[in-house]
Amino acid sequence: MKIAVCVSHVPDTATKVNVGAEGKSIDPNGVTYVVNPYDEFAIEEALKTKEKIGDGEVVAISVGPDANKETIRKALAMGVDSGVLLKDDQFRDSASVAKALAEEIKALGAELVFFGKQAVDYDNSVVGQMTAEYLGYNCISVVVDFKLDDRKVTCEREIEGGKEIVSTTLPVVITTQKGLNDPRYASLKGIMAAKRKTIEEKQPAAAENKVEIIKMKKPASKQPGKVLGSDATVVPELVRLLREEAKVI
Amino acid sequence: MGKILVLLEQRNGQIKKASFEAAKAGSDFANKLGSDVVGLVIGNEVGDIEKTGNYGVPKVVHLKNTELENYSASAYTKIVADFIKAESVDIVLIPNTSLGKDLAPRIAVRVDAGLAMDCLDFEFEGNDIVATRPVYAGKALIDVKVSSDKKVFSIRPNVYPAGEPSGSPAEVDVKPAADIDLSSRVVELKKSEGKLDVAEAEIIVSGGRGMKGPEHFNLVEDLADSLGAAVGASRAVVDAGWRPHSEQVGQTGKTVQPNLYIALGISGAIQHLAGMRSSKYIVAVNKDKDAPIFQVADYGITGDVFEVVPALIEEIKKLKSE
Repeated sequence: MKIAVCVSHVPDTATKVNVGAEGKSIDPNGVTYVVNPYDEFAIEEALKTKEKIGDGEVVAISVGPDANKETIRKALAMGVDSGVLLKDDQFRDSASVAKALAEEIKALGAELVFFGKQAVDYDNSVVGQMTAEYLGYNCISVVVDFKLDDRKVTCEREIEGGKEIVSTTLPVVITTQKGLNDPRYASLKGIMAAKRKTIEEKQPAAAENKVEIIKMKKPASKQPGKVLGSDATVVPELVRLLREEAKVI
Repeated sequence: MGKILVLLEQRNGQIKKASFEAAKAGSDFANKLGSDVVGLVIGNEVGDIEKTGNYGVPKVVHLKNTELENYSASAYTKIVADFIKAESVDIVLIPNTSLGKDLAPRIAVRVDAGLAMDCLDFEFEGNDIVATRPVYAGKALIDVKVSSDKKVFSIRPNVYPAGEPSGSPAEVDVKPAADIDLSSRVVELKKSEGKLDVAEAEIIVSGGRGMKGPEHFNLVEDLADSLGAAVGASRAVVDAGWRPHSEQVGQTGKTVQPNLYIALGISGAIQHLAGMRSSKYIVAVNKDKDAPIFQVADYGITGDVFEVVPALIEEIKKLKSE
């Protein structure tokens, strides 16, 4: 069975965001890019599933510029078999990213596809669901438990104040949430092996964007408030302020 | 200009508060665009649908089926897409909840609509709509222009004010939902016992590494209980296994916007601040007076959580018993 795992290359969560000169995206100066944290759970689940089935091939796919190869390479070092970069230096809206991925997944014939539940840059949390829709696959998002029994898929997905147990069948797109698994570290052997694995570069069809970013801005900065004191004696004053000034309790 | 559709989310047969906020947004859209707004509820027995009228949506269609008590992505996508076509809907508004986040992108692709998620605010420019939404967990905002004929927006809960109920009930049209696609469905709902979720709470009490160990989180829980608040946690304590991930606030957890956020022993790493800085009021208790959390706190106490928190619990209990 072929398993696809779709990965994105994003600024580390410790990044201090500054708006770039053109005012539409972040200033990349001094920013460290990493594998999207949620995608690590997707990679791990794909590898675990392949190991459990005892046969198959895991392919990592990414849409974007050359730099995304770094993230694909990390997936290869964790144990993914091969990679595909759908190369595009231009902005693509989520639907255009999903469409490019869907075409590649179709060509690959993968019936099981993993995504991280959202990329921590644009926080849309939609590309997995959109890709499923373009493929005509089922989709379960924000998954914290995944079970595959022949073609039957049962997942737990996280919702407000609880979990939903969702049942469906292959072909399916799963978007992964923290808690699903503990992603493995790339071993030295894995890193060496990754160097010999191929990353195929392809040109996706041109984007047809319906959504365009016209401006990026920083939120209004919050003014630091009052430090009331350094011990429990100021607690009554704190409670009074919350009650009378903030009116929140 | 086609209609504006507000998808009203129900769970356990109750319309969720975020749906009324979306209803109010839908009514504002209709006024601005000179168009009609209609509500849609998908489910089995659902109470209080007529209350949607209080927020400016005069008509709601309830598509009913016993198989739709719980969410089904495949069924909902088809039902909403069919409704959009039959009722010539141009704009769809959905609350940005776990259901809305799952469904909105599927509908957008199915009906070939432009999509903006987690919107805070809107501007109208002819046929185009510019939505403001947070990115990088709120470290920045972007304005996105959606220029397709059909548009789908999800609206961040707790931001768009629903306003006071107007007292005018909506007309509810109940119809059977036929030909439903249950190829993917929720077969069981597991509720976390008696726990409030950080994403829905009006008050959150969060603990960080300064709590010194999982065994001291009873202090965080007791303070939360005294306030009727949800318990949150920093990434450090979730990664250490002290607390479940569902409680994590920050860039790889939940972005929250409660009326009151109390940070106990949290230093305020940049990814944590991103997730909670837009809370209406922030209280921080931390020994380290240089901790970045004090940069965003409205009220700070630079003291020991083990001294301050028990005193705070006592004081709140005293207040509540008055």
